[in-house]
Amino acid sequence: MGSVQMPVSLDTKGLNCPIPILKVKKALMRLESNDTLLVETTDPGSVIDFEVFCRAKGHKLVTNYEEDGVFKFEIRKST
Amino acid sequence: MNDLLSENAKSMTIIVTKGTLDWAYPPFILATTAAAMDVKVEMFFTFYGLQLLKKELDHLQISTLGNPGMEMPMMGMHMTMPNLVSAIPGADALCTTMMKNLIKKKGVASIPDLREAAIESDVNLIGCQMTMGLFEMEKEDLMDGIEIGGAATYMEKALKSDINLFI
Repeated sequence: MGSVQMPVSLDTKGLNCPIPILKVKKALMRLESNDTLLVETTDPGSVIDFEVFCRAKGHKLVTNYEEDGVFKFEIRKST
Repeated sequence: MNDLLSENAKSMTIIVTKGTLDWAYPPFILATTAAAMDVKVEMFFTFYGLQLLKKELDHLQISTLGNPGMEMPMMGMHMTMPNLVSAIPGADALCTTMMKNLIKKKGVASIPDLREAAIESDVNLIGCQMTMGLFEMEKEDLMDGIEIGGAATYMEKALKSDINLFI
């Protein structure tokens, strides 16, 4: 608590629905509130689903952009 | 944080009735995703759905019969499977191999992997007692750690559940 953690990275490139969401959920469970998770996916479905997942569970989707066919997300864990 | 234990945790039941490779996907995808969203999930496997509870899942196949919606991508085109094709010995096995290759190539999880993910995220799997008796299946034929129950078992869960699906 209080200390600033380095963001944790998660690579789900090449994996399709629903595996990226399952891996995000698992990764978030290991983090503290307000910790940051950086996720990379290639599944176009994840763009919509990550937004819904974060909204449903109260996580903050800080950034969300595409770069060279890779979708990149920065998720801040809910408090 | 621990929604699963709290009173207002959402819950879902799925009745799983199909025992083919393709139809194994919708229930397991929904169950694992719901669990990831802290929904308590119960899956009730009945009739052919019981096939998905066997220890090994290598035997799951797809059938080309009566499935005009099946268009397999092949050489840049889409190939439909006339019903007649499934009468050829080995046609279903061939289509199953094609489907498994496609699944692997596209990075879609395998059914054993999805089932493992479901178990890991505490999805409760229930085998239908009556169907087991009907098809002469023993508890030893099915995977460990599952619950066995009947229609009343399902109903008790369904009555308290927010979402009830039949697949």
